[in-house]
Amino acid sequence: MKNKNNIRFVQGNEACVEGAIYAGIDFFAGYPITPSTEIAEHLASRLPQKGGKFIQMEDEIASMGAVIGASLTGKKAMTATSGPGFSLKQEALGYACMAEIPCVIANVQRGGPSTGNPTHVSQGDVNQARWGTHGDHAIIALTASNHQDVFKVTVEAFNMAETYRTPVILLLDEVIGHMREKLVIPEQGDIPVVERLRTSVKKGVDYHPYLPREDGRLPMSDFGSEHRYNVTGLFHDMWGFPNNNPQVVSELLRHLVDKIESNVNEISMYKEYWMDDAEYILISYGSSARSAIHMAKNRRSRGVKIGVLELQTLWPFPADMVREKCAGAKAIIVVEMNMGQVVTQVKNAVDNPDNVFLANRVDGELITPSNIKSLLRMIQGKGV
Amino acid sequence: MERSRLVFSGSGGQGVITAAIILAKAAAIFENKNAIQSQSYGAAARGGSTRSDIIIDDSELYFPKVIQPNILVSLTQESYNKFSPIIRPGGLLLVDSKYVTIGKKVDAKHIALPMFNTIMEKIGKPIVFNICMLGTLIGISELIKPESIIRVLETTIPEDFMEMNEKALELGLEMGKKERY
Repeated sequence: MKNKNNIRFVQGNEACVEGAIYAGIDFFAGYPITPSTEIAEHLASRLPQKGGKFIQMEDEIASMGAVIGASLTGKKAMTATSGPGFSLKQEALGYACMAEIPCVIANVQRGGPSTGNPTHVSQGDVNQARWGTHGDHAIIALTASNHQDVFKVTVEAFNMAETYRTPVILLLDEVIGHMREKLVIPEQGDIPVVERLRTSVKKGVDYHPYLPREDGRLPMSDFGSEHRYNVTGLFHDMWGFPNNNPQVVSELLRHLVDKIESNVNEISMYKEYWMDDAEYILISYGSSARSAIHMAKNRRSRGVKIGVLELQTLWPFPADMVREKCAGAKAIIVVEMNMGQVVTQVKNAVDNPDNVFLANRVDGELITPSNIKSLLRMIQGKGV
Repeated sequence: MERSRLVFSGSGGQGVITAAIILAKAAAIFENKNAIQSQSYGAAARGGSTRSDIIIDDSELYFPKVIQPNILVSLTQESYNKFSPIIRPGGLLLVDSKYVTIGKKVDAKHIALPMFNTIMEKIGKPIVFNICMLGTLIGISELIKPESIIRVLETTIPEDFMEMNEKALELGLEMGKKERY
């Protein structure tokens, strides 16, 4: 029998690694932490095979710094972490937002706060992904509920990082990271890969790192090669030098937010299940979406008009899309494993927030289809 | 096929998680079924109760955990005591007769076989105990083809160990076939 080289049976963390390889990752720096460790483990063997570099740094802060430096020199770079490691990366993540440095940060969520519940699942970092670093900013955060999608959103994370010159957070969770299922590696070209946009300014000619082209994009120059320029976490002008002129400050901040928020439709990825005539809508993401889909499929077979809207882009939150999809629904149940993070966004988005309910679980176990069914029965007035 | 929900349980080091991965991988890659494997994470690398869940089906799988297994394998008394109450009524309970004494019977087919002793007698190496268990399980249930297990082993273990593993699988198959019901 022919060896099926493109079919794997792997953990979600390995699917993420294969996605990163497909997207053209050159560099990884990280510090191992459960449940994200397998991402580092597999990249440690996969990256050198393709001439890339893997560094285990002394901690998560240094790892984030190394990733930013590598990206500036023209490499596609990522790091992976969990729990407290994600907290440690926040300051440098803000630096990457401010200096507009493409990079990917995978956060395989575990129970928190603090060291919390390392080997168990949670989705408690959704708001941290949005607002973990200080100051007004915009961010992109993607997630997925199965390995084929983990692969795909990982490629998209690298693509969006390059397109928008921004850090992109890959918000996975322990269940997806650790469970094993089939992954079919797509052929090269099946998923488009966005390469680094480099400046056409010749060597020796003045290069402005923060002077946008007509289409708003900022071509980069590999740091340390042809052009000399400054990079700073301070508000800066088009040369990259610190500047606190009110107009410069205002324009830069608006640019940082607008480049992401005004592209919410391009960035928004989602999947729909039985949504056409759905009276009841489950909104979920990551591993809890698996329970939601399972439950909805089961109820459909019993005649309940129920559908699932699975979000793959959590930030920028696709409020308009959610409002449109949910118009006319009798009830909307947000299924997530936290005290209610995406549910707040959904309530803000829909026309009738009173119809929005939270089905959650915060004990470290994956929310079950019957947990969700109980809430649906309550809403339907059927008792539990 | 009917959806198969399995729980493999035992003690850290017995290879129950490895066996679960091999089974699920064989079903997913070589029999083109949908399969999911997951496991409970804890400090059970040496000793302590370990559990791995496997679901195999022709249709799409979503919820990845097993709540009520229709097949439960327990290789230690502790794991048997812990997990036997969750078995699906009418299911199959397979235990190793050296390590497990069956207590209060549950509504399931109980099969206790000397898998460990057979391995020690015929091969003399405890590391293939888990492969013998897989053989026994497949012998009883015909869940997947034994050749699919061999194919996975060929891609994951060193060549020098293949013969020993194939023999362990065969010993299990023989024991299991006699218990078909």
